[in-house]
Amino acid sequence: MSESIIEESILSRPTYGTLKIVPGLAHYFLADASGAECVIRVVQELPRDMMEKVHILYVPTPGEAALITSLYAVGAKRFEHFPTIEEAVAKLGDWLSDAKMGTQLYLAGTEGLVGQGVAKGEECGLDHTAVQCEHRGSLARRVQCVHCKTMIEDVTTQPVKCPSCELLLFVRDHYSRRLAAFQGVCINAEDPTEEIEIKEVFK
Amino acid sequence: MSASDHLIPVVVSNVVEVNPIIKRFEFKHVNGDELPAFSGGAHIVVEMLDDGTKRKNPYSLMSSPFERDQYAISVRRDDTGRGGSKFMHEQVRPGMEMKISAPVNLFSLDLRAKKHLMIAGGIGITPFIAQMAQADKLGVPFELHYAARSVSQAAYMDSLADRFGDHVSCYCDDQGEGVDFETLLSSQPLGTHVYVCGPKGMIERVVETATHLGWPAAHVHFEHFLAPPVGEPFEVHLAKAGIDITVGAEQSLLEAVEASGTPINCMCRGGACGQCETAVVACDGEIMHNDHWLDEEQRASKQLIMPCVSRFRGKRLELDL
Amino acid sequence: MTIQFKDESFRGDFSYANSPSNIPRFPFPFPEDEYMYSTNIEPHHAARAGSPFENAFDVDEHYVAEMKDRALVLAEDPGRCQALPHMETAGWDFVELVMVSKARDYPDLFKLTIDGDRWHWINKPLQIDDTFTFGDSSTLPCHPMEYIGRQVQGDHAILDQRDGNLWLDAGIITAQADWSLDFDVGMNFFEWHAPVPLAHELGVFQRALKFLLTLPQGQPSRRLNWTLTVNPRLDTSPENYPKWGPDRMTVTPENIGEKVHLRVELQTFWRLPRSNAILFPIRTYLMAMNEVVTQPKWARRIHRVMRDLRPELVEYKGLSRYHPILVEWLSQFDDGAPTSPGIFPD
Repeated sequence: MSESIIEESILSRPTYGTLKIVPGLAHYFLADASGAECVIRVVQELPRDMMEKVHILYVPTPGEAALITSLYAVGAKRFEHFPTIEEAVAKLGDWLSDAKMGTQLYLAGTEGLVGQGVAKGEECGLDHTAVQCEHRGSLARRVQCVHCKTMIEDVTTQPVKCPSCELLLFVRDHYSRRLAAFQGVCINAEDPTEEIEIKEVFK
Repeated sequence: MSASDHLIPVVVSNVVEVNPIIKRFEFKHVNGDELPAFSGGAHIVVEMLDDGTKRKNPYSLMSSPFERDQYAISVRRDDTGRGGSKFMHEQVRPGMEMKISAPVNLFSLDLRAKKHLMIAGGIGITPFIAQMAQADKLGVPFELHYAARSVSQAAYMDSLADRFGDHVSCYCDDQGEGVDFETLLSSQPLGTHVYVCGPKGMIERVVETATHLGWPAAHVHFEHFLAPPVGEPFEVHLAKAGIDITVGAEQSLLEAVEASGTPINCMCRGGACGQCETAVVACDGEIMHNDHWLDEEQRASKQLIMPCVSRFRGKRLELDL
Repeated sequence: MTIQFKDESFRGDFSYANSPSNIPRFPFPFPEDEYMYSTNIEPHHAARAGSPFENAFDVDEHYVAEMKDRALVLAEDPGRCQALPHMETAGWDFVELVMVSKARDYPDLFKLTIDGDRWHWINKPLQIDDTFTFGDSSTLPCHPMEYIGRQVQGDHAILDQRDGNLWLDAGIITAQADWSLDFDVGMNFFEWHAPVPLAHELGVFQRALKFLLTLPQGQPSRRLNWTLTVNPRLDTSPENYPKWGPDRMTVTPENIGEKVHLRVELQTFWRLPRSNAILFPIRTYLMAMNEVVTQPKWARRIHRVMRDLRPELVEYKGLSRYHPILVEWLSQFDDGAPTSPGIFPD
């Protein structure tokens, strides 16, 4: 999975770096299939005695097993995998609930996973500026319909039709860390008869 | 606009000798009105009229933010300083009328914290006394670790231990006691914020230890107030006003500008808030940057100065005032 | 002076209008014949008797109707009022500031009696008579910010100050110019303003933030901001864009004077004492173009401002569909004569 290039945008649009181990009492990782290799890359370089401090949560793509095996093999103190981001993020919340200051959080993968990981970290008392994020894989967006508040996962088109209120939404670059979502606003509210071509843009 | 344009007239209601080097001063509004509410960690600027010299020093409020009939500050006597603390210790008596600024908080609690961990050294205890009253009332867990040189200099140690019980741990150098920062900062629940106020060395050790253990910078807070340092007198040209002024040895550049009647913004008077940042028009010499506001690049550029704490040595300094 | 509160609507039949005597006190936002972003912050001193700057929180003839409109919005969408958990102290600061100011500035309308923590508040126009314990939210029917936010004109955001930034961590926002509190809550100053064009490049937000971070207690500041709204609608939220967006298609040269409204925000900034947060009231004033042009100075100037407005701002403020006909319509009131400095009518 190659590194993603995100075009320069407005200040609320998140930017991402490259995971790098920093000093800490414990190191928590959360990744999906696109981000797994980032976790393997940084964890493999750690001295063996550090592995006691490493905890990994993983969301594989359905049916995939090779990366599970590779992640298991790095020898973390805890390794668990879950079929959905939601379940993995909930588990992260459980783990962080009795964590200490000095815990580092590393997130790698698609924007939806990274965003939800940051939001959970913040909820548990970890400032978002301290969370390391590496974006890998699709640029599909998680979008909140500003009108009916539905969260739409894996949006790849511009505009996108809200599955709930059926309005045609323009996907803005404006991003909410709390919601871990981009904002979708009706694109033809002024003139609903306006025809708008739907294009695949977030790949 | 300047906080000191809106001073509150107060009367000194009480002066208490806490120990040989620390006195507590209590102020009430001259009309008996309520004083402004504030948050723990706030300071006021006290105006001192010392035989023709007007001095303004910031002091942390130590009274409870929930009591508005009076304010209290504690002043440690510093005989090598500019004379502000000496004036407070020697000249200020109950019944005297003075002027203070409204409270300003540059060291507030992060109200999102799941726990507040407070570390005080010496006179650095004062902001925490108000913060503990606030955290206690809000029902948020807090702990104070208070270190002092000796039992005799440990102002308020006994009363704080009585008032806040298990929340308070005390350490006296002369008893061989000290805070083990490594252990303390390794055992805090996620969501804790640490606050430190005390000698420079203590602040540095806490910040270093926290960083080394992986604490995010956003969770580490320190009060880095400065008293304006003394130094050699120097001349300054104020370009807009078209005048030359002299800054006395025990006067700050800010005070000298104010004394000339030239308008200037300011707030903390301790090099922390950034309000008095002033453009340098010409500089032939060395600016002694004593503030915590400008970054290294800005300092090196010699294009900005913080008149509340910084000084000058050289041939000519011209400011955009 | 007793205020006659109007019974009027900001939706449906749009019966909102300014009384002739209310027109000259409108906070006209253009001090010069051209407009560009600036930080334009000044002290919120009492200024000019009868103007909206006379009192801390201006109360005018639209007070009761605006509060009814707010209640309608909140009943439909409770997400318009949100406070992150650490913002309760700030909510109480807001309660105190509004009650103390209003009781002082409008003693015939509001009365506050304080006995220690026991507060007794009477709001005559809204027929409220409540007693509560200051600082104890269980003695109010709702969050303190919502309680007082339902009794004061304008939207109110509360900004928490930490890490050298301001965070939009609470607000009661029912009359906004196209931004979503539900989406933006929790953002810092730059993130929240991210969609605004040009201003970031001009350093407007960096300067504004630096100013606000050192805003002293007891020394509030203010600035004016503006846009245009079709129909006197307060709730131009993105949430309800499908309801108000089509209004922009209805503007014609014949109806433009009554349809298009100058929408001015009187923004003020207050340091709150117990929370160290900043209260950011955004008070909206609406005036139909027909009303604006009754003041010859304003008529000339608004024509010039609209004519020369930068294209990015025409687009951002959502004026594209009717901007050309508005400029054409306004030109009839501009004889080219010079205008006097400042915002007040001649």
